[in-house]
Amino acid sequence: MTAIQDTAPHTDPAHDDHHHDHPSWLAHHFDDAEQQYDSGKLGMWLFLVTEVLFFSGMFCAYALYRNRNPEVFEFCSSFLNEKLGAINTGVLLFSSLTMAWAVRASQLRQHKLLVGMLAATLACAAIFLGVKAVEYSHKWELGLLPGKFYVAQLGGHHGEPKGYLQTICVIPMVLTVLSALYYVYAWVVGGNFHKQVAGPLLVAGLSFFGGVFLGQTLEAEESSHEGHAGHQLVQGHVDHESHDHAAAEHAEHPADGAAIPVATMSAGEDVKVMKEELSTPNADVNQKGMAGLFFSIYYCMTGVHAIHILGGMAVITWLIVKAAREEFHEQYFGPVDNVGLYWHLVDFIWIYLFPLLYLIT
Amino acid sequence: MGHAANDAGHTNSEHGHAGHHGDHHGFSHPMPIWMLLSVFFALLVLTGLTVFQAQFDLGNAEIWLSLTIATVKAGLVILFFMHLLWDKPLNAIVILSSLIFVALFLGFTLMDAEGYRERLIYKSTVKASQPGAVGTEIDE
Amino acid sequence: MSVVDRPIVSTETAGADTYPEHHFLNHTKGFLSWALTLDHKRIGLMYLVGVMASFALGGLFALMIRIHLWNFQDGWLDNKTYNQVFTLHGAIMVFLFIIPSIPAALGNFFLPIMLGTKDVAFPRLNLGSFYLWVIGLILFLTALSVTGLDTGWTFYTPYSIETQKGGAVLAATFGVFILGFSSIFTGLNFIVTINTMRPPGMTWFRMPLFLWATYATAIIQVLATPVLGITVLLLSAERLLGIGIFDPKLNGDPVTFQHFFWFYSHPAVYIMILPAMGVISELMSVHCHKGIFGYRMIAYSSIAIALFGFLVWGHHMFTSGMADVTTVVFSALTFTVSIPSAIKVFNWLGTMYQGTVSLNTPMLYALAFIFLFTIGGLTGLPLGALSTDMHFHDTYFVVAHFHYVMMGGTLVAFLGGVFHWWPKMTGRMFNDKLGMVSAIIVFIGFNLTFLPQFVLGTRGMPRRYATYLEEFQDLHRLSTIGSLILGFGLVTALFVLVTSLFSGKKAPRNPWGGATLEWMCSSPPPHDNFASAPTVGDPYDFSKIEYDGRVGGYVRKS
Repeated sequence: MTAIQDTAPHTDPAHDDHHHDHPSWLAHHFDDAEQQYDSGKLGMWLFLVTEVLFFSGMFCAYALYRNRNPEVFEFCSSFLNEKLGAINTGVLLFSSLTMAWAVRASQLRQHKLLVGMLAATLACAAIFLGVKAVEYSHKWELGLLPGKFYVAQLGGHHGEPKGYLQTICVIPMVLTVLSALYYVYAWVVGGNFHKQVAGPLLVAGLSFFGGVFLGQTLEAEESSHEGHAGHQLVQGHVDHESHDHAAAEHAEHPADGAAIPVATMSAGEDVKVMKEELSTPNADVNQKGMAGLFFSIYYCMTGVHAIHILGGMAVITWLIVKAAREEFHEQYFGPVDNVGLYWHLVDFIWIYLFPLLYLIT
Repeated sequence: MGHAANDAGHTNSEHGHAGHHGDHHGFSHPMPIWMLLSVFFALLVLTGLTVFQAQFDLGNAEIWLSLTIATVKAGLVILFFMHLLWDKPLNAIVILSSLIFVALFLGFTLMDAEGYRERLIYKSTVKASQPGAVGTEIDE
Repeated sequence: MSVVDRPIVSTETAGADTYPEHHFLNHTKGFLSWALTLDHKRIGLMYLVGVMASFALGGLFALMIRIHLWNFQDGWLDNKTYNQVFTLHGAIMVFLFIIPSIPAALGNFFLPIMLGTKDVAFPRLNLGSFYLWVIGLILFLTALSVTGLDTGWTFYTPYSIETQKGGAVLAATFGVFILGFSSIFTGLNFIVTINTMRPPGMTWFRMPLFLWATYATAIIQVLATPVLGITVLLLSAERLLGIGIFDPKLNGDPVTFQHFFWFYSHPAVYIMILPAMGVISELMSVHCHKGIFGYRMIAYSSIAIALFGFLVWGHHMFTSGMADVTTVVFSALTFTVSIPSAIKVFNWLGTMYQGTVSLNTPMLYALAFIFLFTIGGLTGLPLGALSTDMHFHDTYFVVAHFHYVMMGGTLVAFLGGVFHWWPKMTGRMFNDKLGMVSAIIVFIGFNLTFLPQFVLGTRGMPRRYATYLEEFQDLHRLSTIGSLILGFGLVTALFVLVTSLFSGKKAPRNPWGGATLEWMCSSPPPHDNFASAPTVGDPYDFSKIEYDGRVGGYVRKS
């Protein structure tokens, strides 16, 4: 969806005459800049259509199971940290602002501002993922895993932490160190271009850990006054680090023969949908086929969303490189605009995910 | 080979490119900063609102309220940040059509699920596996 | 783009009609000039070779099935292998052959030329989608060679969650995911190309009907394929992470899986047949040397089929435990699709009426299409009606029905299109007599294969079974004999095409007398499609197209 240059050499001189009036940013098969821009933009909107329909499958699953078992969703939603969700919403909204501003900057040839805005967007994405990493690892520690891996136990004490967060942080750590090295290189030998690229990358790397720190602080605060939801979880069984299918098959471990404690449901629960087959619905919420299903949907939705964030970070990085080369101007800003559209869509999805997952009362 | 010959004809006459500089930006349409900022703050306020309303137990109305707020937010993002308000109508039709097809997909599927709901038998994976595993064996 | 009406002006003269010295095939040389090409024509040709190879593979599996069913028991495959063979036959034919066949191969080659542009809007994306197709192919072959896939091409849960062939399910679902993106990008490219790159004079209603059909197909590709993407992604998550959304053991809902699957896969049926209808519209008009009858109705009916196609997916699930009210709604909606389909058939017949019909290879295939597609369409009606479907569901009646539509329709149209455009693509004429023989053999073989299956189905022979009751053996044997004849006919067609490359005489610019833009550029077309900007007129105005014996083809008189 960007400028496309024909790489094939033209052996036939008679066919070369159309290149002389084509600037480098205008692909040979387009007549003019506007046609190129319109084509790219329509292509991006169509791509967003596919994204919307792609996510719709998961929204469908969500609606189906929430409609069937609302009390499961209420129960499980209380394990999601509302504060972290709200902060991440704010972070994404801010990144949308900076992205929209970046489009403006690219149209007005404000090259420095453009790099800055893209850097801010990238940093916000990193913060979002940092917070998400804390949320995920916290849930894994509690055994709040998808579907058949769901092993959360109610009541009682916490077990040993298993270092999920540290594992997640390995790759961001490596990337941050690499961008720090690149930053040093840019200052020592590289020119202005490298400085403009390395800076945003380093900031983004550090932002990830800022996000992790923020998330951990708030998560700790949340569990210190276990107030509003009031679900304490015992550590699930220990052998579940591996998501490997084969290992997991035989990992359904006994919970020391203990009966599953009854979840503390707030009064006035709407249990009329539960059928006779489920004799004591409250007790049965905390199991693989109920709460586990919620967390399946939670991980699928937020996970696919997070993958889109990662993809967005990749293309924003590409934009930063192009912006540092000062390639954009009022005739050629399609890439910024189109990545912006994509980024706003990612924000758009989150706008729905946040209330649907975090704010169920 | 092109329709280079036709270029001058149709683009310039239709859209009046007035050169590359000055206050005329051809087909680009920079958003004013005040507008970007106001949309952002409106979005923040709405986020606050949705968090605030979640504290109250509104029963069934709650999901519709929070979805309405989310839709207003999504509308702001699409119309302003995504620039759809000034975009070609075709792009608006394209994205709206996606919502129509999502509605179709969800509508039929959920309608059907609602229809056969009374035939469902819920399995309690707890009961099935007492006192050992919390779940059932998946593979034979 | 602005739209300028221009009179038809002759730019081509008989003298210009010589075999071009420079064309896209010899524009650049070497493996990389093909592997990294951004030329839509070369990408189209690579797709053509790829889909034909996939078809050969899927066809071999089909013959294995038919030979296995020669006896009512103790076929030459063991039962588990049989399951894998019919699964791979279906999956390869659907995902690797039929869906990309006409849009990706013929569409890629001819859409920009018929539109009068230099290339599609996003040439790199176009090449990318070809390589995605290749990756999907590799994953399918992995599923085939590693363990063998035995779920049927539909991957229904819970069996696809429980089967021991987990690796194959993962490889195949991932392959389907990748192929889905290939299809989406092709469709996206076509929509953008048609919307933004039409040259001056090419109004919507001057577009050849093949482009309308491709456009309608592209709409479905963009709107439906993502849902398949999420479906197979959730299915992989089901296998890898045990998420349980479709797993009844975890209170998941397998009927919902079928909704997800058919929300894509029913519209996908129209991804398969709409381009075929577009090809037939071209073939009918050109080989009858008569303007297409009811141009606008055919154009609108393409779009109507694309949109109605989204409303009827539930008719695949009448016996799957859907709610009663939903089955009634879906059944009623199903019949609406027959209206635009019938409009097309009547218009094709109207085109033939009082036309100057040239009976040649493409035309024979087109006639075969109309005959077979009509049978396929009409036998769909009892399947769309609730009461009869209860009886026919999962029998050979269904198998025969969709083979009449998919194979009798899409494959035959694909062959017709390949023969029709072969001189343009390769610059060589094929042996028309032998080509007609191939069309006749294919037609006879096809009917012999699948007509008995209608009878089998009405008598209660279930599909997908490796063994059957002895009373069905005669009809099964008839079907097997038919399949061998059909295979022979297809090999003949391939032989005709391949030999033309070596011994065929050089093709004129316009061998059939078409009026669309692709016949105005040389055969094969130059790298940039048109040596000078084409003039756009009515694509079905044959009044000025005349045969010129000096060039052995048709020329446009002013």
